[in-house]
Amino acid sequence: MVDRIADIWGTRTPHAKGTRWPVRVDTALAEGVSEGDVEKWVQSACTLCSNGCGCDIAVADGRMVGVRGRAVDTVNHGRLGPKGLFGSWQGMGRRRQNRGDRLTRPLIREGGTLVETDWGTAMTRIVDRSRTLLEERGPLSHGFYTSGQLFLEEYYTLAVIGKAGIGTPHMDGNTRLCTATSAAAMKESFGSDGQPGSYEDIDWCEAMFLWGHNMAETQTVLWMRVLDRLHGPDRPALVCVDPRRTAVAREADVHLALRNGTNQALVNGILREIVHRGWVDEDYVAAHTCGLEDLVATVEPWTPERTAEVCDVPADDVRRAAEIFGTSDRVLSTVLEGFYQSHQATAAACGVNNLHLLRGMIGKPGGGILQMNGQPTAQNTRECGADGDMPAFRNWDNPRHIAELARLWDVDPLKIPSWSPPTHAMQIFRYAEQGSIGLLWISATNPAVSMPDSGRIRRILASDELFVVVQDLYENETTEFADVVLPAAGWGEKQGTFTNVNRTVHLSEKAVDPPGEARSDLDIFLDYARRMDFRDRSGRPLPPWSTPEEAFDAWRDCTRGRLCDYTGLSYDQLRGGSGVPWPCNDEAPDGTVRLYSDGVFPTASEAAETYGHDLLTGAAVSAADYAALAPDGRALLKGADYVPSPEEPDDEYPLRYTTGRTVYQFHTRTRTGRAPQLQAAAPTMWIELAAEDAHSLGVSEGDRVRVVSRRGHIVAAARIAGGRPGVVFAPFHYGARGPDADQPPSSDEPTAANELTRTQWDPVSKQPLFKFAAVRVERLGSGDGPAPAPTTTASAPVDPAAVPPTRGRGGVVVREDIAPVEPPKAASEELS
Amino acid sequence: MNLTAVLTLLDQAEQDLATGFRTAAEGHAEEPDIHDICHNLAAQCEGRRVALAPLRERYGSTDTGGAADRLGTRVLSEARPGPLGLLRDLQDLYVQAAFAELTWDLLQQAGAALHDRDMLAVSQRCAREASIQQGWLRTRSKQAAPQTLVLAR
Ligand code: SF4
Repeated sequence: MVDRIADIWGTRTPHAKGTRWPVRVDTALAEGVSEGDVEKWVQSACTLCSNGCGCDIAVADGRMVGVRGRAVDTVNHGRLGPKGLFGSWQGMGRRRQNRGDRLTRPLIREGGTLVETDWGTAMTRIVDRSRTLLEERGPLSHGFYTSGQLFLEEYYTLAVIGKAGIGTPHMDGNTRLCTATSAAAMKESFGSDGQPGSYEDIDWCEAMFLWGHNMAETQTVLWMRVLDRLHGPDRPALVCVDPRRTAVAREADVHLALRNGTNQALVNGILREIVHRGWVDEDYVAAHTCGLEDLVATVEPWTPERTAEVCDVPADDVRRAAEIFGTSDRVLSTVLEGFYQSHQATAAACGVNNLHLLRGMIGKPGGGILQMNGQPTAQNTRECGADGDMPAFRNWDNPRHIAELARLWDVDPLKIPSWSPPTHAMQIFRYAEQGSIGLLWISATNPAVSMPDSGRIRRILASDELFVVVQDLYENETTEFADVVLPAAGWGEKQGTFTNVNRTVHLSEKAVDPPGEARSDLDIFLDYARRMDFRDRSGRPLPPWSTPEEAFDAWRDCTRGRLCDYTGLSYDQLRGGSGVPWPCNDEAPDGTVRLYSDGVFPTASEAAETYGHDLLTGAAVSAADYAALAPDGRALLKGADYVPSPEEPDDEYPLRYTTGRTVYQFHTRTRTGRAPQLQAAAPTMWIELAAEDAHSLGVSEGDRVRVVSRRGHIVAAARIAGGRPGVVFAPFHYGARGPDADQPPSSDEPTAANELTRTQWDPVSKQPLFKFAAVRVERLGSGDGPAPAPTTTASAPVDPAAVPPTRGRGGVVVREDIAPVEPPKAASEELS
Repeated sequence: MNLTAVLTLLDQAEQDLATGFRTAAEGHAEEPDIHDICHNLAAQCEGRRVALAPLRERYGSTDTGGAADRLGTRVLSEARPGPLGLLRDLQDLYVQAAFAELTWDLLQQAGAALHDRDMLAVSQRCAREASIQQGWLRTRSKQAAPQTLVLAR
């Protein structure tokens, strides 16, 4: 038995470059349940982050009692992290609690309070309002705000209902908050969304750059893969860009602890070094890119000294990082929220793409890019068009792409809203605020906590004019504002597929029945469509399917010939073995490990998902201008100068505030907060201060502090940690109410990190910026003991003796089996 | 030389455009993207005035008066209210940005005729930047149009 709360990444299995990552099978079972008690193991993959670890769910007595990593899966080679081990199955629990129990019946608002009702009554109420609004005000009165946690089949169904049934452009996912920049940067650089690299690149690389990516906490199993190379015989160099002293930073050869808000300056500085020191692969750049001249001019002012001054890092570290990038043979980059949720998000993420393009370091083993995702199924929200995109990476601005969809769905092309990009989340809430959206349907997300300036979001949701439908597993801060609440089935309670960061598609089977009357999101959407009587031009119901597998087959048709080609995939193929990375079709029947090995990108006008944007303003490039540019298969080198963020610190608000994650929790803790082991490890809100700042404020470990911004304030216990001076960090998981019934809020003071963040978004990706606000910190008094922050991670105290170490608390038995079988092979195998 | 009048005209045009962007930024601060981007665009206009200054020094600047009067629309000094007001303000700014862009274009022609490499380089860069500003105004107003024209109350 191992304590995987204390030992987050488990036992090391080091290996050398170019060899396959050994298998380690991690199993967790409820206390008192032995392997012999398990009646069946049901195939699935974990949905507590974007890594997509293949797993089997243990079932006994009709309940989920544990989980085990799938040794055959190319993503995780049998491993699971703490969230997967403890949170995945316990998070679906039906334990009776004072509150925070699973929703089992629909609720409707009667005289101001929510009361239980039956499905017929609840759906009739939605359909009546929907019909009235459509008749009186038309399709633009409807908005949909969905998630990064449903299944592919559900997103595609929702997209067809919204785009072809109703005809509204107002549909987005909370993926806007986590991965919109990833997609935007790939579209701007490569012409289309679609991950170039693969996890296999970790096994091959000679240097790794983690750009604003605290991988050790957000994708623990991916970090295990990195650790096994770092501890192997030919350790790759590691460069970490992060203002916090994360576990990644502690392993790094170079840690660039820059000021938050200055990513673009840093990237420009490194780009300039690559150019000046002659590390550009001239042949590759000439054959496979366009825009070099403008890029070189843009980065020219960013000498190492100027970069160092703006970012507040040593100039020599900038040089060293550039040298590692410029001289290593195989460089792998990963990018995440430190870039995506920061000022100049898309520009900086494109800057990383530029670095790889300049070195021709893309599409080859160990030389690649992973523009990461946050949520487990975010990739599908994007692919299926349930966010601000058209299905299968089609371009809303290309009439031929829209005509294809109209043919596929058998509807009038004019019905499909394609006069402007689909409306992004923040704009949807703005239209609701102004009263022009009258029905907002929220599925599997909790915007009352997770959106910036959450006080404003709650005011919008509370408006009498707005009819709010919320579809979720549990009651939460958002259901409080709903007119109708629909109980949804979740992971292990329904069937469907989803796709992870490196394009790997997994099938997740139904292991147990959902509680009470809860239904899958697919069934709920289809029920609405049938009651609304949406039909295609031939009079058939729209969408025509009624099961997950039928929806998947329809999706395959939609992807034919597109970059995300699923035509070679089927439920049968996904059963039994590993997940399979798309494109998977006649030419690549086993899937494709990495894209763009041939240096040909989907940038031709006919193929591109976008004609692109100006990175500083978001001004769209017109079809004619794009055609004149004629990238025709070459990638685009797009640069932007650094501009200071709109809220720089001043005398009143002298500190830089940033928000983020901890390893033991996911999102607003809907599932992780229900796993006792995870919840005990990171139970409540804390504020992280650098030792120097704490000292000058007179704050010691555990003191209660108030953090104030121009939007509001929060109160929590202070952790004195090892981050850079001037930066205040807050985890974003903790809302007003927790899933932890035994831990009522300790005071009425607000704790949610987003009370302080500014309503602001990147001009291209429209991703809200959670990584920057100017704040001040006030000491309120001493607390009762150390802050409730884990000691095992970036929030480790500077003084380890001051805080008892974070440990597991039992209740679940975890086992590791090292190398029980040979490692699985990747689809297009090059390892020996 | 009429060039001197046009140099003054261009400086005024950029100044008016910057004022207009700032007016829109503050007047429509409820739209967070408008607020932040318009302030950035105003700063770009000021940057173009700085780029223009050496040319004005070299060639002198005169009162424009008469034939080279400033653009005949009013400077956007007060934002119009509501969604429709926003759309109208963006339209005004579009006209002003187009005027600035075309004027930079004319300067580019003069630069060619004068064999003035500085003038050529500056005017080329500034014309492009002003054209991207127009592009943004077009993008943003097209995005707002359906909801504003069909639904907003
Ligand atoms: S790394 Fe992500 S997908 Fe894998 S077990 Fe952990 S939470 Fe689940």
